[in-house]
Amino acid sequence: MEAPHEQWPDAVPVVRPYAMTSGRTTPVRGAFDLISIVLATRPPERDDGLHPESAQIIRHSQEPVSVAELAAELDLPAGTVMVLLGDLLAQRLIVTRSPTPARGVASRPVIEAVIHGLSTL
Amino acid sequence: MDSVRSDAVPVVLPTAVKILIAGHFGVGKTTMVGAVSEIRPLRTEEMLTDAGIGVDDLSGVEAKTHTTVAMDFGRITISRDLVLYLFGTPGQDRFSFLWDELAAGAIGAVVLADTRRLKESFACIDYFEERETPFVVAVNCFDGGDRFTPADVQLALNLDPGTPVLLCDARDRTSSRAVLVALLQHVLSLPV
Repeated sequence: MEAPHEQWPDAVPVVRPYAMTSGRTTPVRGAFDLISIVLATRPPERDDGLHPESAQIIRHSQEPVSVAELAAELDLPAGTVMVLLGDLLAQRLIVTRSPTPARGVASRPVIEAVIHGLSTL
Repeated sequence: MDSVRSDAVPVVLPTAVKILIAGHFGVGKTTMVGAVSEIRPLRTEEMLTDAGIGVDDLSGVEAKTHTTVAMDFGRITISRDLVLYLFGTPGQDRFSFLWDELAAGAIGAVVLADTRRLKESFACIDYFEERETPFVVAVNCFDGGDRFTPADVQLALNLDPGTPVLLCDARDRTSSRAVLVALLQHVLSLPV
């Protein structure tokens, strides 16, 4: 028979997502969506007293990465990740680029570049 | 002067664009995302709280219902400066609020359809028509599915004659890429 502790999956977060953000649902800085691209401004090793999830974001954003990918990597709701990113942006620990144009449709040259890429890759 | 400061942090971040892969449950959305994505489809979850409840109203907290909606997505790096994301959108009507978020800024959508369950595509089609999000209908040719011509499907779905209908195999990379290219060409053909 399995020991009781072995039945506990160890990857399950013990803090509920809203608790990680102190109940906040809106980032303090920046407007993120699922394809906002994020890049850390410093390497992950220095200890800034970040929460584990924020430290994880820094680790996973050493190369440009989307909010959706971060949420998947951290196994957190995207909304929670956006709040944490807002805090990191306010601390200048990340830079971000919102989709261009922010809420509109991609420009013709961009669409042409995607067609070209899909046809030749 | 075109010298490059090698000590500078590269702050030029790639442009990201997205295409939605929509359709009813089980039609092959994640299959298509997986066929074209360079990464295994990832899953992101969004927590939905019953709409209509004010965020400042804490009295009703216990009564709120939370629903977790999962979206599968994939990535295609077009170049160092351009990345395409594909999102398989949850098909249920009641998540249309989430669709609004997803559809905002999307280049367009692929509505995957199954000729055995064509009626189930109406919700998606209505949604994109209403929002004026450009879309194409891609009929996923399941083995054993009735073979219809694109014209049959166009008629059955009462589509605008300008809306392209294609046959595809969502498991196949080349076929799925062709659907994406058809969507993008359709977008370019629309009046600005």
